Amino acid sequence: MPRHRVALLAAIPLLVVLLWTVVYPNVAVISGSLGHWREFAESPSDVESLVNSLIIAVASVIASLAIGVPLAFLLTRFDFPGRTLLRAVATLPAALPPLVGVISFLFLYGDSGLITRLAQALFRLDHAPWHLTGVGAIVFIHAYTMYVYVYLFVSAGLERYDTTLDEAAVGLGSGAIRRLRRVTFPLLTPALGGAALLVFMNALGSFSAPYVFGGGVRVLSTQILNSKLNDAIGLAYVETSVLALSAIAGLLLFRWIEGRGNYVVSGKGSLTRKRVRSPMARAVIGILAAVVVLVLVLPHLMVVLVSFAKDGAWTTQLLPPAYTTENYARLFMENQLWTPIVNSITMALLATAANVVFCFASAYLVVMRPFPGRRALDLLTALPWAIPATAIALGLLATFNRNDPATGRILLVGTFWILPLAYFVRDIPLVASAVQGSLRQMDPSLEPAARGLGASWLRTPWRVVLPAARPGLVAGALLAAVTAIGEFVASVVLYTHGNRPISIEILAQLRAYAFGTAAAYSVLLIGLVLVMTFGARWLENRTT
Amino acid sequence: MGRTHPKTGVTVTSPTGEGLAVRGLTRRFDGHVAVDGVSFDVAPGELVALVGASGSGKTTTLRIIAGYDTADAGQVTLGDRDITRLPPEKRGFGMVFQHYALFPHMSVLDNVAFGLEARGVPKGDRVRRAELALENVGLGGKGGRRVQQLSGGEQQRVALARAVVIEPKVLLLDEPLSNLDPTLRHSTRDELRAMLRRVAAPALFVTHDQEDAFAVADRIVLLSQGRVLQIGTPRELYAHPHTRGVASFIGRATLVPARDEGEDVVATIGETMRRVPVTKPNRDGGSAVGTSGSGFVVLRPEALRMGAPDADEGWPGTVVGRRYAGATTVYRVALAPEIVVELMSGREYAEGTPVAVVVDSAVPFVPE
Repeated sequence: MPRHRVALLAAIPLLVVLLWTVVYPNVAVISGSLGHWREFAESPSDVESLVNSLIIAVASVIASLAIGVPLAFLLTRFDFPGRTLLRAVATLPAALPPLVGVISFLFLYGDSGLITRLAQALFRLDHAPWHLTGVGAIVFIHAYTMYVYVYLFVSAGLERYDTTLDEAAVGLGSGAIRRLRRVTFPLLTPALGGAALLVFMNALGSFSAPYVFGGGVRVLSTQILNSKLNDAIGLAYVETSVLALSAIAGLLLFRWIEGRGNYVVSGKGSLTRKRVRSPMARAVIGILAAVVVLVLVLPHLMVVLVSFAKDGAWTTQLLPPAYTTENYARLFMENQLWTPIVNSITMALLATAANVVFCFASAYLVVMRPFPGRRALDLLTALPWAIPATAIALGLLATFNRNDPATGRILLVGTFWILPLAYFVRDIPLVASAVQGSLRQMDPSLEPAARGLGASWLRTPWRVVLPAARPGLVAGALLAAVTAIGEFVASVVLYTHGNRPISIEILAQLRAYAFGTAAAYSVLLIGLVLVMTFGARWLENRTT
Repeated sequence: MGRTHPKTGVTVTSPTGEGLAVRGLTRRFDGHVAVDGVSFDVAPGELVALVGASGSGKTTTLRIIAGYDTADAGQVTLGDRDITRLPPEKRGFGMVFQHYALFPHMSVLDNVAFGLEARGVPKGDRVRRAELALENVGLGGKGGRRVQQLSGGEQQRVALARAVVIEPKVLLLDEPLSNLDPTLRHSTRDELRAMLRRVAAPALFVTHDQEDAFAVADRIVLLSQGRVLQIGTPRELYAHPHTRGVASFIGRATLVPARDEGEDVVATIGETMRRVPVTKPNRDGGSAVGTSGSGFVVLRPEALRMGAPDADEGWPGTVVGRRYAGATTVYRVALAPEIVVELMSGREYAEGTPVAVVVDSAVPFVPE
C-alpha cells in the first residue's frame, strides 16, 4: 500500500473529530440562526452590542499599541536604572487568569477599590473620583492584560532588527519622527500587525471584563449569554454568527497588513543598548519605571492581600481591616467550595491529555506525511483560534443538546463531559501549532534515516519523532492546561452545577460579596498555573 | 560646496571644500581602549583609507566621525568647526555601510532619494537627481527595482549613489568591498576609485585589506590596537615603513634581524653575515639609518634575486616551494628554519635545490 494512503487512513479519524466538533457546530449555529436575522437587525440593543464590540476591540488595539510599543523600544534600545526589574515584570499581566485580572482591578480601581479610595482621600472628595464601568473600564483592563502581546512581538521584532538601517536614515539627515515613520515602523509591520491581530481577537471575544463591570454596556459576547438565558436561542445563534464573522473579518484584515510588510532584512540584528547618560533623564526614567512596575505588580499583590481578608469586614476602609487564613481553610474543608477545584483540575487534565494525543498525531501527519488532505487538516486544527470562545460554546450547545445519532448529535449538554470537550476544542490550535513548530525544526532526513537503519514504521515515530516533538508538546500542553484550568468564557455558557469550575465559583462568591473567598480561589488558580509552569520547565530540562 | 547645474544636473564642486580633521580621538569600552589618541587629516577631494586588522579601532573611529558613537576624548573638526558633539543627522555626511543598509521596503529610487526627501527637496527635483545619481553609478533605469532584486555589486553602487546624491560634506565608507566575491572585487576597486574621484568632499574608507587600500586610496592611515602606526601614501608605507609592525603588515615581506652600523646595515642569517643596501628615508625623527642599533631588514620579492650557492654572495638556502606565475616562477626559499623568503626567477629550480638569495636593490630597514 502506498505510504500516503496509510497517512490518509490515519488522518480520517482526526478529520472526522474536527468536522464533528469544530465545523459541524458552526453549521448548526448558522442553520439555527436562519429566520432570526431580521430580529437582530431590528433590535437596537443588538446593533448597539455589535458597534460596542468593534469599538472596544479597536480601542483595545490602539491602547495596547500605545503602551506596548514604547515599552518595547525602551527596554530593547535603552539602558536605564530599573531596566532589569521592569523587564522582569513586563509580561506579568499575561500570567493572570482572565477573570482573576478583572477581579483584581475591581479591588484596586472599583468604587471601593484601594486606588480609588486613595485618590478620594488625597483630593478630599466625598464620592469616588471615577467609576470602573462602561467602555472605558473595559478598554482599561484590556490594555493592561493585552499590551503584553504587543510588547513581546515588537521586542522580538526589534531584536532581529538591523539597527544600521536606522543609522543610515539618520546619517542621510532624517530626524527621529521621519525615521520611525518611513523606516522603523514599516519594517516592524509584521510584528505590529501580528500583535494587533492577537489583541483584536482577544478583545472582540472578551467576556469577563464586560460581564463583570460593563455596566449598561452591551457587547456581543454578553448579549449571547443573555439571549440564551432568556430562551431566545435563535437570536443567540445570530449574535454568535455575527461575532464569529467579525472575528474572521478582523483576522483577514490583520493578516493582510501583516503580510504586506514581510521583508527579508539582511544583515545581523546588532543590539547595542544606548545608556541614558544625563542624570536628569536617568532620574525621571527611573521614577517612571518604578511607577510602571508598581502598576504592573499591584493587581497580583492586591489579590493575595484580599485573599487574607475576612469576608464581609471590608466595607469603607482603604484596606481590609481584618485578616485571616480562614478563606483558604474553607476552600479545602467545605465540600461546596472544594468541588470546583476538583472539577477544574480533572477537566483540565482530561482536555489536555486529549489535546496532546490528538495534536501530536495531526501535527505529525501535517508536517511529516505528504498526503491529499493535509492542507484541510492543517486548516481545521487552526480554525478554533479564529472563533471567539463564546461562539465555540454556542456551537457545542447547538450540536450536543440532544440525542439524535442520525444527525450526528449526542446529548452532552447538561453532563460533565461538555466542558472538557469545550476546553479540548479551544486548545487544539495552541497545542497543534506548538508541536508543528517543533517538528518543523527536526531534520526531515532523520525519519528516513531511522527507517533505513531498520526501525519499524511504528518504532520510528516513537523513538525519533516523539523526542523531536517533545519541546512543542510540553509547551503546548502547558498552555492548554493553563488556559483550561482558569477557563471562564465557554464555561459560563455550558456549565452545570455538577461540573462547575473554579472560575464560575469565583463569580458566585463575588456576587455574594465574599471577596476573601473569591481572592483565595484566584490565588489558588495562580498557584496552580505556577506549579504547572515549573513542572513543564522541569520536564523540559530533564530531557535536554 | 557643491552646486548642481539646473539643466545638466551635473554637480560642480568648488575647490574650496572643507577638510576633515581628527585630533586625539579616544574611545574606551568597559576598561579596554578601542581608539587611543588617533589623529589625521583628510583634505577635500582626497581619498584616505583607514587600514588595520579587526579590533584595530578603525570602525569605531569611523563611527565616531559619522556621529554614531561619541568619543571619550579628542575632536572631530570640519574646516574650522568643531563637530565632535554634532548629531549625525546634522552633519551632512554620506555613509556607505558594510552591509549597505539599504531600506528593504523601498524601491531603489526611493532609497537614493531618501536623503533628499529628508532635506525637503520637492518630489520632481529629487526623483530627477536620484535618477541621475543612479546613472552615474551605471544603474540608470533600475530605479523601479526592489533592492532584493539587485546583485551584491549593484546594491553596493546603490548605497554609494544614496550617499553621494546628498552632496555630502564628507564621504565615509565602511569596508565597501568586503561583501563582494574575489573576482568582482578586483573590477569593483577600479570602478570605486573612478567614482570616488568625482567626489570633491574628503572621503574616508575603512578596510582590513591592504590591497584594497593600495588600489583605491591616496593616503593610508595604518591603525593597530587603537593607535596610528603610520600615515602616508601607499608608496611611502611600502618603501619606508617606520616600524616593524608596518613593514610586516604591508606587502609580502620577510623580516630578517640586522644591525645598523652607521654606514652599513649588516644582516645575519645563521652563520652568514651580509651587508645589505638600505633605502635612506628623508624624514625627520624616528630612528633611521645613521643612528646605530639593531632592527630588521625588510626582504620583499622584487628586491631579491637568485645567486649561485658556491659563489660568495647572499645567503645559502633551499627551494621549498614553487608557484608558476606566467613569465616568471615564484619560489619560496628557506634560509633558516624560521626564515622563508619569496622571490621570482625566470630560471627553473626544482624543490630541494640548494641556492643562494641575494639582495639586489635597497630594502627598508626598521628599528627593533
